[in-house]
Amino acid sequence: MNINLTLIGQSITFLFFVWFCWKFVWPPLLGVMNEREKKIADGLADAEHAQKDLELAKRKAAEQLKEAKDQASEIIDGANKRANQIIDEAKQTAHAEGDRLKAAAKAEIDQEVNRAKEQLRSRVADLSVLGAEKILAVNIDAKAHDDLIEQLAAEL
Amino acid sequence: MAGEALTATGYIQHHLQNMTYGKLPAGYTRADGSVLSESTWTMAHSSQEAADMGFWALHVDTLGWSIGLGLIFCFLFARAAKKASVDKPTGFQSFVELVTEFIDKLVKETFPHRNTMVAPMALTIFVWVFLMNLMDLVPVDWLPMAAAKVSGNDHLFFKVVPTTDPNATLGMALAVFALMIFFSIREKGALGFLKELTLHPFHTGKLFFDILLIPVNFLLEAVSLIAKPISLGLRLFGNLYAGEMIFILIAIVFGVGVLGFIGAGLLHMGWAIFHVLVIVLQAFVFMVLSTVYMAMAHHRDDEHEHDQ
Repeated sequence: MNINLTLIGQSITFLFFVWFCWKFVWPPLLGVMNEREKKIADGLADAEHAQKDLELAKRKAAEQLKEAKDQASEIIDGANKRANQIIDEAKQTAHAEGDRLKAAAKAEIDQEVNRAKEQLRSRVADLSVLGAEKILAVNIDAKAHDDLIEQLAAEL
Repeated sequence: MAGEALTATGYIQHHLQNMTYGKLPAGYTRADGSVLSESTWTMAHSSQEAADMGFWALHVDTLGWSIGLGLIFCFLFARAAKKASVDKPTGFQSFVELVTEFIDKLVKETFPHRNTMVAPMALTIFVWVFLMNLMDLVPVDWLPMAAAKVSGNDHLFFKVVPTTDPNATLGMALAVFALMIFFSIREKGALGFLKELTLHPFHTGKLFFDILLIPVNFLLEAVSLIAKPISLGLRLFGNLYAGEMIFILIAIVFGVGVLGFIGAGLLHMGWAIFHVLVIVLQAFVFMVLSTVYMAMAHHRDDEHEHDQ
């Protein structure tokens, strides 16, 4: 319990440790702590910013979606209209084609009928000549009575 | 302690004696009866020898433990500070930061001036004094007995709690006092500091009366100034010394039969638990008062009531 040189020794030790702490412990520690504090604050600010951005993006996306829907329905309407148009056109073409075919068939039929009539006529002329020969029991000079036969055939 | 035929008084005295290294004069009769032919630097072998060494002696154990513990503090904290990472703090770094932030907040509250040294000083005081106080929780005989075994000297004086040595506590208080004076003069100038010592607390505003009041003021201010380091050092010393004393007294009871052993065990545990509070509290008080004294040294106001 004697007061001696230890007193001074302890004072010097104390000042040394304080100096050491002042120079080598405190600044880096506080630096790290402040940096972290700043980082956290920045992070929170960033998060808030990001949330705002997200909200904005959501709104934009909804807008775009709506626009796209509108566009799509417009396109569908157009397509429907066009489809109806095509069908109508096809119907018309089919009608026209049908009419044309019908007309052609009719013309061919008329032609056939005419040809048959012609054949029939010549055949009747021959038969008439034959019949007349039989009736007259003479040979009729076909050449001599050609006009008559022709006349008869024309009447048939 | 029970190994030898020791009296309780001898046991206590042995525990309260520091390991002292100092100079004994020529012709001095040593504890073992031999007479020194010339003055010698040596270890004291008895309390009487330690006392006779006078001022020029060192308490090897006090300085050793306090420097050792201080180095532990510096090493651990400097390493934590150097390795400190912003993103991934380790467990120990978190602990260090916790302490540092606690001190930083406290210093910001009590010390409103600009001085980057005060907060690190407070941190050093808090942790270092705490570590020194902590040695008080090591059972009183363990380290001295281990030291005696290692050195081969059964009568080796070995005190492990530096803060139970008034030299240590007053030494630290003295350093705080020196810093106080230094900052007072730096902040207010030598003249300002002198004015503070001589024109307070009584101040009339009339030159004649003020000159008459200088001795009275100086006496009061000097006493209040000097009382600060002394009370600072003695408060820490007194608390820890008393705590240590009670641990020693309880340790004596260990030797008194089975009942004494159990009783002493319980007492020791109880006192140690209570003492945990004391050692933290005293470290804290020492730190806060040092900070407050620094704040006073920086205070420039000329108003009376501020110099309580």
